[in-house]
Amino acid sequence: MVISPSRTTPLALRLEHVSHAFHSDGAIVPVIDNVSLQAAPGEFVALLGPSGCGKSTLLRLIAGLEAPKEGAIYGDDSPVTGPGPDRIIMFQDPTLYPWRRVRGNVALGHDINGRADDEAVTAALKLVDLLDFERAWPHQLSGGMAQRVALARALVNDPRLLLLDEPLGKLDSLTRLTMQTEILRVWREKQFTALMVTHDVEEALLLATRIVVFSPRPARILADIPVSLPERRHRDDPKLLSLRKDILAQLGHREDW
Amino acid sequence: MSQRLASSVRFAPSPNVTTVRRAFPLAQTLPWLAGPVWLVAALVTWRAPDADDFPATNDLAVLFAALGVVLLVAAAGRRLSARAPWAIALGVGFGLWEVAQAKLLWLPRPFFGTPQDLLDVFQSDWRKLGDSLLHSLALLAIGYLGGATLGIAVGAGLGRSPRFRYWVRPIMRLIGPLPPVALLPLAFVLIPSSRVAGDALMALAAGFPVAVLTWSGIAAVDPAYYDVARTMGAKQRFLLFHVALPAATPQIFVGLFMGLGASFSMLVVAEMLGVKSGLGFYLQWAQGWAAYPNMYAALLVMSLMCSALMTVLFKLRDHLLNWQKDGLKW
Repeated sequence: MVISPSRTTPLALRLEHVSHAFHSDGAIVPVIDNVSLQAAPGEFVALLGPSGCGKSTLLRLIAGLEAPKEGAIYGDDSPVTGPGPDRIIMFQDPTLYPWRRVRGNVALGHDINGRADDEAVTAALKLVDLLDFERAWPHQLSGGMAQRVALARALVNDPRLLLLDEPLGKLDSLTRLTMQTEILRVWREKQFTALMVTHDVEEALLLATRIVVFSPRPARILADIPVSLPERRHRDDPKLLSLRKDILAQLGHREDW
Repeated sequence: MSQRLASSVRFAPSPNVTTVRRAFPLAQTLPWLAGPVWLVAALVTWRAPDADDFPATNDLAVLFAALGVVLLVAAAGRRLSARAPWAIALGVGFGLWEVAQAKLLWLPRPFFGTPQDLLDVFQSDWRKLGDSLLHSLALLAIGYLGGATLGIAVGAGLGRSPRFRYWVRPIMRLIGPLPPVALLPLAFVLIPSSRVAGDALMALAAGFPVAVLTWSGIAAVDPAYYDVARTMGAKQRFLLFHVALPAATPQIFVGLFMGLGASFSMLVVAEMLGVKSGLGFYLQWAQGWAAYPNMYAALLVMSLMCSALMTVLFKLRDHLLNWQKDGLKW
């Protein structure tokens, strides 16, 4: 089998009975309650749920930034014990380092792992169409551009699993539409497994191949819905709209408006 | 954004334009005034009789005249525009000082000297002044650089390691606020070499603010910065040197400036009280001999030294923090 250099072998993800809790002033606050979940290699799974339900915590556990209190997480059948460049998380804020230029920010993963691959950095910058801005400082970028730099910074590591923690949450609605297309294009091109936290039902339906709906905190899985829509989706597609109605109902919004 | 703003300003009929035009002849003549002012000061110094037997009057006149010529050349080369008012003011100032003190002797001697007294000190005692400057610089370099390095290390430890913080924070809280000058008598007793004692106290004086501000800078680092690096596999070493310290650099520089000021004070006190060389020692010695012109000369050298070192630190900061949007200009 020939693997093109721009593609990676996507990761198969498996969560088994994962529970997590925070300690807060001596009290234990459960945030994730017995979540079991699988994502096949190359799948785009949207994690949908009300704000503050614990979806972001779930991504942190999968990224290995924190260890779950109970249960286990497997990537390709080997347990996740800590962070690694094959599972990259992209946050709601771009969190670019202000002391690095755009190019330096994109090269962060290489600096950490002692690689020097200028071509890969250039390719990632090209992929998000920001090569002209490689010498710019982060404070000179707009919100959408900064988030695209963050996307390039994630992609330069050739992640096998990309964890998207509401990366479009703070963008204005037009930039958001552009970025949705951007993410979809990159996912098709690079073929990694993607897990995206969002509370925007429409966004989930436009991007994901599967939608997992969570309850309010502590997060439990309420529904696991495959999205069998064509690759080119339109937000006015009646099938999409009826799915949207179903999911909103799952989330407790039966009055559709 | 700013470009758009600039173009809209350019096209708007601006009242400033006319003001600038009217002021233009003055801006053009001012540089040509600086040289003549100094030449007049030179003439007065040379021709008017001294009120007492002052040394180096003619040398001073030559110096003034030379400055006048240099300023005329600068004006001809159009390199004086922004500095012209200062060049004129200094010429007028030195001229008035010369007239008031050397020609009319308005203020009591020897506490108030003449310009030629000062020039005489630099002519006759430049070797000793230069030697003192070098000794001060050497003492300062070791004390300040040592203290700054130590301060950054301690601050990094306080910011990143809970165990280090547990043990070192109480010591910092006890010793830090104490003016290091208060430790001087003890240091001279405990450390046989007064130079080493001076360096140690200067390091303490510089190190404390650097440590506290490095610590607070690291404590204020957005935790998300660490998460971003950790998700790519960064270990503690990378997080310290490539995330925590760069993010804390603006704060560290605040500490470095405070520390530099503190080590200047410590330098002078140490040299006045124990170290047998340097500008502080020269100052003390000059006062002992009532050699007031020497004192003024040493003060001038000292302030030039401190100002130059501050400038170096500002340049370093501007270089390292070129990613910041704006900063104070020195």
